[in-house]
Amino acid sequence: MTEIMTEKTEDLKIEAPIVEKYKLQTRDVNVYYGDFQAIKDVSMNIKPRSITAFIGPSGCGKSTFLRLFNRMNDYIEDFKMEGKIKIDDNNIYKNKIQLEQLRKDVGMVFQKPNPFPKSIFENVAYGLKIQGIKDKKLIADRVEKALVQADLWNEVKDNLNKSALTLSGGQQQRLCIARTLAVEPSIILMDEPTSALDPISTAKIEELIHHLKKDYTIIIVTHNMQQASRISDYTAFFYMGELIEFDKTKKIFTNPEKKRTENYITGRFG
Amino acid sequence: MRKIKELIIEKSLLSSALVTIAVTVGIILVLAIEAFLFFKEVSFFDFLTDTQWTPLFTEKHYGILPLLSGTLLTTFIAISVALPIGLSISIYLSEYAPRSFRKTIKPLLELLAAVPSVVYGFFALVVVTPYLQQFMPSLSGFNSLSAGIVMGIMIIPFVSSLSEDALFAVPKALREASYGMGATRLQTAFKVVVPAASSGIIVSIILAISRAIGETMIVAIAAGQQPRLTLDPTVPVETITAYIVQVSLGDVQHGSLEYRTIFAAGITLFVFTFLLNTVSFRIRKKYREKYE
Ligand SMILES: Nc1ncnc2c1ncn2[C@@H]1O[C@H](COP(=O)(O)OP(=O)(O)OP(=O)(O)O)[C@@H](O)[C@H]1O
Ligand SMILES: [Mg+2]
Repeated sequence: MTEIMTEKTEDLKIEAPIVEKYKLQTRDVNVYYGDFQAIKDVSMNIKPRSITAFIGPSGCGKSTFLRLFNRMNDYIEDFKMEGKIKIDDNNIYKNKIQLEQLRKDVGMVFQKPNPFPKSIFENVAYGLKIQGIKDKKLIADRVEKALVQADLWNEVKDNLNKSALTLSGGQQQRLCIARTLAVEPSIILMDEPTSALDPISTAKIEELIHHLKKDYTIIIVTHNMQQASRISDYTAFFYMGELIEFDKTKKIFTNPEKKRTENYITGRFG
Repeated sequence: MRKIKELIIEKSLLSSALVTIAVTVGIILVLAIEAFLFFKEVSFFDFLTDTQWTPLFTEKHYGILPLLSGTLLTTFIAISVALPIGLSISIYLSEYAPRSFRKTIKPLLELLAAVPSVVYGFFALVVVTPYLQQFMPSLSGFNSLSAGIVMGIMIIPFVSSLSEDALFAVPKALREASYGMGATRLQTAFKVVVPAASSGIIVSIILAISRAIGETMIVAIAAGQQPRLTLDPTVPVETITAYIVQVSLGDVQHGSLEYRTIFAAGITLFVFTFLLNTVSFRIRKKYREKYE
């Protein structure tokens, strides 16, 4: 016990100013798939309760980088990572870290809506049930709260026992967001969450993301420049595994430092 | 010239298809006719309700129940062995094992089904039964327990291989969604992957049952040849298949009632496997639709 305490205070001494300011920090991160280097020396600080957009041409490593934060790349057989990633005060690539604990805190929404072939209710309750929560009332409350937060409650409240697969694509994606929210994470990762959806569903989800910002730190990968400029506070531009530029979204879209960034956002390449 | 060649090939392909159908229809027809002749002499009600099967004795009874119970008992024991082992193997291979290991172990497992069943039968009789007798002195030399256990081992690949295919076909996105909410591998396997693959798993179990019901050599060798209406796995029993072998090899007269008992037993067996196949076909069709 005392050992852990001293370790913690030491950590605080060195990193205190940074720790309070940033929710997520990466330092000199390199990622390899076998011999291929997908991420090159990326360092980044992300503030709490902000929306950060990752943009860049296809294959530049946005998904790879995003999936580092909940260690979703760990299942890839020849994946290797170097460097440091800290969420709050914890190095999430330390051996001692509990993957399950990390993922409760760092939720993820995927490109294609991927509800379980279960009922709407069971989809949202899943994350709670696997934590061993048995209290029916508590589960029902949290499911309702999450569906309300995801702006889906009014559409499904009379059909909670219907299969999630009967919902439209946009509804399914909001269900996936609700499912993530039910676990009460502090960070939500979104990998092109609207790329499989129609414009109206997309607008709904963008609005939802905007509302979620007051409680969550959100990182979103997108190929849609308008989307990035509409919803994000910060934008990171990646190119061939490198972080080319990372700044306030306004700055990136009006007055980028780097020529490459400018070319990309004005559509001259990529 | 080429046209004629193509025509010949086409017609010969067609005729081989027709021959196959004709043979199947012929078999069913013979079964049905002989069974019909059997039921002209023995009432259908007696056949289904009489608790004794003694067509070869002087005091004749024609109740199928003892044979049916022998078949179902050995099948039940076999499935009780094959289901937990086969399912565990399939979950391990699909959710835990490295890909290379999976690739080598699957064909090896399928070898289990390639061993001639007479070898299994002998194994049950001369190895398993004596071994079990050390713990269960009351176990008869012929019994449904060893036959069932060994048959279960034989059908493990039916369960494991097909179930594994079904588990492996579950989209990666579902697993990632589950991991992403903090589920362990075990939770993901049992709460997401297995339910999503349930129809495929059920089909694999049905096929395994179907195989066990039709299995002949193991039960004929190791389970004994005494029709007996019992659920006791330690005593000799006779299955439908074993009875058919017994009578076919004996010297009953062609066209006699004793001879026709084979067909009555055979059609019972056929009805069972036919039903199981139909159910599995239905499920498989539905399940194919789901993933398309
Ligand atoms: N499992 C893998 N094994 C080997 N290489 C991979 C793997 N996953 C991704 N890569 C490679 O790593 C690079 C980055 O991939 P990543 O999916 O992160 O790109 P991305 O920026 O998300 O692209 P997109 O916009 O198309 O989604 C690509 O060159 C890709 O080919
Ligand atoms: Mg991507």
